[in-house]
Amino acid sequence: MTDLVRPALAGVDLHAPEHEEHHGPTGLLKWFTSTDHKVIGMSYTITSVVMFYLAGIMALLIRTQLASPNSSLLSFSQFNALFTMHGSLMLYLFAGPFAFGGLANFIVPIQVGAPDMAFPRLNALSYWLYLTGSITMLLGFFTSSGAAEFGWVAYAPLSNAANSPGAGPDLWIVSLLLTGFSAIFTGVNLVGTIFYLRAPGMTMFRMPVFTWNMLVTGILILIAFPVLTAAVVMLFADRHFGTHIYETTGCHMVGHPNVPAACGVPVLYQHLFWFFGHPEVYILALPYFGIVTEIIPVFSRKPLFGYKGMVFATMAIAALSTGVWAHHMFTTGVVLLPFFSLLSLLIAVPTGIKFFNWIGTMWRGQLSLKTPMLFSLGFLFAFLMGGVTGVMLASPPIDFFTHDTYFVVAHFHQVLFGTAVFAGFAGFYYWFPKMWGRMLNDGLGKWHFWLTFIGFWLTFMPQYGVGLKGMPRRVASYPADLGWQIYNQLSTIGAFIIGLGFLLLLINLLISWRNPVPAGDNPWDGHTLEWFTSSPPPHHNFTHLPPIRSERPTWDYNHPEAPALHHGVPVVGNGNGHHPRDPGGNGSSGKEEKVPT
Amino acid sequence: MDQPGAAPSHDRHARSSAGPHRRLLAVAAVLVTGLTLSGCQLPTFGAYRGSTSQGQDAFKLWQFFFITGIIVGGFVILLILWSVFRYRRRSDEMPKQTQYHTGVEILYTVIPIVIVLVLFAFTVITENKVDATPPADVTIRVTAFQWGWRFYYPATGKVVTGETTQAPQMVVPTGQSVQIMLGSADVIHGFYVPAFNFSRYAQPGVTASQQRFNFTVLHDGVYRGQCTQLCGLYHSLMFFSVKAVPPAQFQVWVHHLSKNQPSISQLKQEIQANGPGG
Repeated sequence: MTDLVRPALAGVDLHAPEHEEHHGPTGLLKWFTSTDHKVIGMSYTITSVVMFYLAGIMALLIRTQLASPNSSLLSFSQFNALFTMHGSLMLYLFAGPFAFGGLANFIVPIQVGAPDMAFPRLNALSYWLYLTGSITMLLGFFTSSGAAEFGWVAYAPLSNAANSPGAGPDLWIVSLLLTGFSAIFTGVNLVGTIFYLRAPGMTMFRMPVFTWNMLVTGILILIAFPVLTAAVVMLFADRHFGTHIYETTGCHMVGHPNVPAACGVPVLYQHLFWFFGHPEVYILALPYFGIVTEIIPVFSRKPLFGYKGMVFATMAIAALSTGVWAHHMFTTGVVLLPFFSLLSLLIAVPTGIKFFNWIGTMWRGQLSLKTPMLFSLGFLFAFLMGGVTGVMLASPPIDFFTHDTYFVVAHFHQVLFGTAVFAGFAGFYYWFPKMWGRMLNDGLGKWHFWLTFIGFWLTFMPQYGVGLKGMPRRVASYPADLGWQIYNQLSTIGAFIIGLGFLLLLINLLISWRNPVPAGDNPWDGHTLEWFTSSPPPHHNFTHLPPIRSERPTWDYNHPEAPALHHGVPVVGNGNGHHPRDPGGNGSSGKEEKVPT
Repeated sequence: MDQPGAAPSHDRHARSSAGPHRRLLAVAAVLVTGLTLSGCQLPTFGAYRGSTSQGQDAFKLWQFFFITGIIVGGFVILLILWSVFRYRRRSDEMPKQTQYHTGVEILYTVIPIVIVLVLFAFTVITENKVDATPPADVTIRVTAFQWGWRFYYPATGKVVTGETTQAPQMVVPTGQSVQIMLGSADVIHGFYVPAFNFSRYAQPGVTASQQRFNFTVLHDGVYRGQCTQLCGLYHSLMFFSVKAVPPAQFQVWVHHLSKNQPSISQLKQEIQANGPGG
């Protein structure tokens, strides 16, 4: 092994003896013992997609209940548990882990030309904590008190011992601790890998934008998740150890304008939760922005338009996202409205920049509308709609009458469905050939897309309408005389159409399992390093690397007819020689760099 | 009214003009159009027009945001659709590998900042009206509890209490300003009257003097209200209503003290034991 594949992390020997030919365990034992980021990434992907399907089934139950007024299909208690677990599974166990544990874990080390994550064993620990945490949360259903019923946000004092007794809520808290630490460790791993394990020539401004976004996501995880962990530890202490951090028992406020001494502050929980919760929204969004930013250039046969602007926009979003948490609390009446309103509105600017980057990339390109590209376009429309209503919600007078109504439900589902589902499954279809070495059927994929796309609009657009009419969120039933039924019925039909779409994905996976179509190394004419290595990649990812002289090393290598561009400037020597700005980079000339055996 | 049609024509103008200055001007024109429009009888875009003076201010802001959203969102959708249909792959010819265009990049950074600042300015103006709490003609202390409401009129000592299936009714004088002081006996609830275009949390641990808001109901009528913040098992049934009556009628009502109003703790015990309406 030479310095070529050897990362620049001095003093850490990643040169394991089994590097050249892997003799580790195989089969089931491999999945249990592996520290290979690819195996862990696939485990994460499978587990999180299972969580997605479980949470999806819960959503269908919720929608069935709401299809008719005064419905008694589910009891109030069951309904409250179902939307709590639907939200918790989707946000804590699917959207995040699918992105940073699954796709990023698999892709980022390969995109930067590294043999593995910086801390492979920590990476394995992340996965096992995540799996344990996921099971812990689901176990809530099997307790005598049932699963938690306080919503995915668990506001104090509804989540205290008096209002939410039993083991279900405790399992929910413990699950958040386990998966929270799992996320923190993955954040450490991503940041470490991206800073220290980049292949020679892979300067920061040659990194694929997905990797850039995962770097920023990793940093945001390190900022946000410890706060959530602290918040739920204090919640646990209030529930069991008699602390009065959020607890107000015995300090009735009725008719008494002054807070009694030694009384907890419930609103503190909201501050802590949303100080995690809003960066979390971008932890759930940035990886998915990264995915579509990989896909759109490849399927437009053009480089990303405005790469540097996109990177700075990502950083701006991350920075702003730490100062907007109280826009979830406008109606508490105890936050400084103009400050949080302005910062929230400002997020529209970098997000808008990204839209124009994506459009500029497609502009005058050669678009091929394969399944990953269709899902990416679906993301653009969905996220645009969610973004426009997000700007409305950033304005407190408008938030006052839409907050905690179905308007907000529609808004955040359009944002999160846009990112985690449209962009997430765009990435799933895009990288599936790399992960498993086989293709998914494109025709079925397109059916999957169109059903999801139609179902998506039918589900969530009526929710805006019924929200504006005054339907609050998290209600298990509603009166018949308010005209809300038709909106809810449309929404329910839409949800089942989405469900049908995801049934097709299962069929597609089954076909790919039974009748595999080999993918080849580079089925999409990809730009980045993962498309240079085999599908699936060998144990330490590469046997050789192409020269890395631009943001598109694999594309440059495969397209000698077009001048390689490094930020718009043609590279001297056209991928065949030594770039003057790359001192001591890939060294020798030659078409590809062999790793001597 | 044909103004809604007028806005997109400005938009077309914006895209057809070549120079960045003309485009900026066109965008400004669109914004001004939107502003003037918001004063007129535009569609409600799904929201209530507002039955209080505060609610009407919020409604106007909503219209302004909605129109801006249609213009900006519509422009971006057109760009996406144009890219998808115009630039579908038709040959193997390699497209020009454009990566940067400084002029365009500056334009799509500066224009959104300007739009955001305009939106913010109108937000602050409306917010100051909606949130203002000058001394009011009538003060009502509202206490939310699992799962009902108590309305207490300190001036006369009138109390109205009710839960789930026997939803309480708050009576207010039409055309006079009302100040609500909001608190909670247990968990967080949300005081929400859709037709007023307003909601506010009722929270334990927040003093009632911190948690006040004013409204002036413009017309006689009954307006339904409901809890918006998940507050436990019977959250879905936590209704109330606001009845606006002429001031003279209100004075009669508020001075007529009804006897045997149950206390909050009595009601809570009954619900816990017997369910809604028990």
